[in-house]
Amino acid sequence: MSLAEIMLAALWLGLSAYVLFGGADFGGGVWDLLAGGTHRGRDQRDLVMHSIGPIWEANHVWLIFVIVLMWTGIPSVFAAITSTLYIPLTLAALGIIARGAGFAFRKASTDLWQQRLFGAAFAFSSVVTPFFLGTAAGAIASGRVPPGIAAGDVMSAWLNPTSAVSGALAVGIAAYLAAVYLTHDARRGRRQDLAEAFRARALAAGMMVGLLATAGLLVLRGDAPGLFTELTTGRALPLLVLSVAAGLVSLVLLWRRTYLAARASAALTVLGLLWGWGLGQYPWLLPGVTLDQAAATRPVLAATLGALAVGALITLPSLWYLYATFQRPTPSADQDRPHTTGDDTPASGRRRE
Amino acid sequence: MVQAGVVVADLAAARMQMALSLGWHIVIACFGVGMPAIVLFAEWRGHRTGDAHFRLLARRWARAMGVLFAVGAVSGTILSFEMGLLWPGLMGTYGEVIGLPFSLEGIAFFIEAIFLGIYLYAWDRLPPVPHMLSAVPIVMAGVASAFFVVTANAWMQQPTGFDVAGGRVVAVDPWAAMFNPATPPQTAHMILAAFMVAGFGMASVYAVAMLRGRRDRYHRLGFLLPFTVAAVITPVQVGVGDWAARFVADNQPVKLAAMEGVYESARGVPLHLGGVATGGEMRYALEIPNGLSLLAHGDPQAEVMGLNEVPARDRPPVNVVHWAFQIMVGIGVALLALSAWFGLAWRRRRDFPRSRWFLRAASLSGVASVLALEAGWVVTEVGRQPWIVYGVLRVSEAVNPAPGLAYGFILVAAVYAVLTAGTVYVLRLMARRPVPIAPQESDVTGEPVV
Ligand code: HDD
Ligand code: HEM
Ligand code: HEM
Repeated sequence: MSLAEIMLAALWLGLSAYVLFGGADFGGGVWDLLAGGTHRGRDQRDLVMHSIGPIWEANHVWLIFVIVLMWTGIPSVFAAITSTLYIPLTLAALGIIARGAGFAFRKASTDLWQQRLFGAAFAFSSVVTPFFLGTAAGAIASGRVPPGIAAGDVMSAWLNPTSAVSGALAVGIAAYLAAVYLTHDARRGRRQDLAEAFRARALAAGMMVGLLATAGLLVLRGDAPGLFTELTTGRALPLLVLSVAAGLVSLVLLWRRTYLAARASAALTVLGLLWGWGLGQYPWLLPGVTLDQAAATRPVLAATLGALAVGALITLPSLWYLYATFQRPTPSADQDRPHTTGDDTPASGRRRE
Repeated sequence: MVQAGVVVADLAAARMQMALSLGWHIVIACFGVGMPAIVLFAEWRGHRTGDAHFRLLARRWARAMGVLFAVGAVSGTILSFEMGLLWPGLMGTYGEVIGLPFSLEGIAFFIEAIFLGIYLYAWDRLPPVPHMLSAVPIVMAGVASAFFVVTANAWMQQPTGFDVAGGRVVAVDPWAAMFNPATPPQTAHMILAAFMVAGFGMASVYAVAMLRGRRDRYHRLGFLLPFTVAAVITPVQVGVGDWAARFVADNQPVKLAAMEGVYESARGVPLHLGGVATGGEMRYALEIPNGLSLLAHGDPQAEVMGLNEVPARDRPPVNVVHWAFQIMVGIGVALLALSAWFGLAWRRRRDFPRSRWFLRAASLSGVASVLALEAGWVVTEVGRQPWIVYGVLRVSEAVNPAPGLAYGFILVAAVYAVLTAGTVYVLRLMARRPVPIAPQESDVTGEPVV
């Protein structure tokens, strides 16, 4: 593997982590939006808040990692993408602001109307943001971002069938992952009722994702024949098969309430799609631009990859520690304790009103 | 030299959008850099002395820090988008040159976000010592991320570590680009500024409360701890600012000329206080003879370059840069005086000055240090105009030529207005919650541990 290929693989790993972890946090917001009235939806909302509270900022950093690695490793491609797609990307960035701020503000507020207002900002932007990020992915996959600065059409690049489907698919994937993850969280918190509710949602979302992915393939056939061929008959076929198989397995596991294993197979479903796209398009990054043409100079790649390797030695164990800390039940069994309020309740593991 | 297709209004909009989002992020980021250390210190004192007030302070501050970190993270994310959305001409060519510090910054962000999650949410799950240890990486990563990102800005002032051939960069040395000549003074000045903003900013809240009559031990400690940090740093900051100014004098003479409103190159140049630049000269300014030559080069007869040496299209807007510099230095000197007043009173009576005027001034110190911070960045960034990379790339060549950037700016400005209102509202809400008379059990039980 050349340095450029290692860099691209690191980029795609970062993207995968963002979709699997950050994507699920978005999905939590989607379910928050769909949870129903203030009283009926309260327990579900609490579970979502509780599950993503300590980890969403760390999950969010994967996105920054991807952006920075793009401008470091393939600067001209980064410039082409951001300049042509500045409308959906600006909207996604604003969605990220509304979402993070809404989440933090809701947690800090006590009155019902404040929580409703901030909660609405959080939930609504959780749908909008992955949608626009998905349209941008669709624009790249369908070859609508040409090389050069703002060389593409700023409207039709992301207003087209492939972008529409991939935007919807991104929201669907987020919702599906979140529902699958939450079933296990609910069970661990001994909330069978919530586990059942999210199991039903996970099943529905999983079938939805399957439908959307199929629709996406059909659209690709007309819109991006090259990628379609690779996915259906070429190199990327095994990954597509993996994705479909893992998706079906995850539905069966959900049906049988084997939630932890369902997590793994749901993740595999999504990874199959993502890496299938990547492999199907490789080595072309943009129309007429290969990885070798776009890659940064050797010293930059070497220094950056070296730094990332050292960084991984520190961050990966820390990430593990973070997840482990909050996947362990608290000594004070957080889920079934009565609601505690009052000003100085510690932020940890207690539910907010 | 605007590219074909770039509308002047769009260029202006892009610059205003960048200035707005950077100027917003930096205030929050200062708390991200400075606050964890202060909170950790309070928690440690609390455990060490058994004084529940300290632990209560630490916990309330941590709560505010959680909100600030969240808005800091999202406002920083939009910045990384904007580097490409607004300045593809910069990032498409030079992205790889400044990529290394940003990658390192990404690692620092991971560490910050991970341990912040642990520190904030595991307050009761972890025993005191591991809990405090979990804050140490946050403190280090905050300072490190400020360092890394400012090295990228320093590179824009003093671009080194690359060559250009045929429109592409060649012979890139990312380490040389990161450790460019402007890095030491700029990073030092910025990190100290962050501690000043966090310290004075936190202290202001309690100064206001004390002016309103709440002078119990909780409020006194809440004032004293952050104010001491800021007061100790202020004199150092003025010294480092002087270093930064000398550095600019040697390396960016056009910026210095704009800061001081010097039009004609000469020896023994006076220092201008106040004044307005009109019609190619500095008017109505109070002049201190030979002052600039002395301060900038350490020699009253030293030569200082004037703006007339470069064509008008290569000059930054003089009044903006000049006044921003005056404001920063003025506030720096005023905060120095305030810190000295505090220091003298402390030496005499182990207490802060009794005068209400001290508390009044202290309650303004937070806003003042934020103003100095913004003014300093205006000096640095507007003083670099019309270059985005000093002497290498013009802003007009870097901007995104896609149509309609002006609409994007209006939208972004509206979102920031709402974000500002929300942040202020929520922080006030948290500050107004009454301090419990009986602190949480977990804040008072337990033996001193360290
Ligand atoms: C609390 C904030 C604060 C205070 C009190 C001061 N500064 Fe400052 N200054 C900054 C905050 C700041 C800053 C916002 O952090 C800047 C912008 C870029 C940078 O690296 O630091 C800056 C930039 C900056 C520059 C431009 C550097 C460049 O363009 O490369 C100079 C010459 C000074 N400062 C000089 C001073 C002097 C002589 C001060 C003393 C009285 C002073 N500053 C107080
Ligand atoms: C956080 C504190 C900062 C503030 C308040 C700030 C302020 C500003 C301002 C006021 C402008 C507009 C100048 C003009 O158009 O006249 C600007 C431009 C810009 N800044 Fe900064 N800056 C900061 C830090 C940085 C850093 C750390 C970087 C990069 C690593 C950076 C990159 C840029 C770029 C790319 C532009 C656009 C080009 C230009 O207008 O010159 N800034 N900034
Ligand atoms: C002098 C200027 C800057 C300083 C000192 C600074 C410092 C910080 C700090 C300490 C944080 C942690 C979060 C917080 O404390 O609220 C942060 C967040 C962030 N900053 Fe900045 N920053 C600066 C400018 C920039 C610029 C120019 C960019 C991008 C181009 C940027 C991108 C980010 C991003 C992406 C985050 C979010 C990280 C996360 O999710 O935790 N920052 N910044």
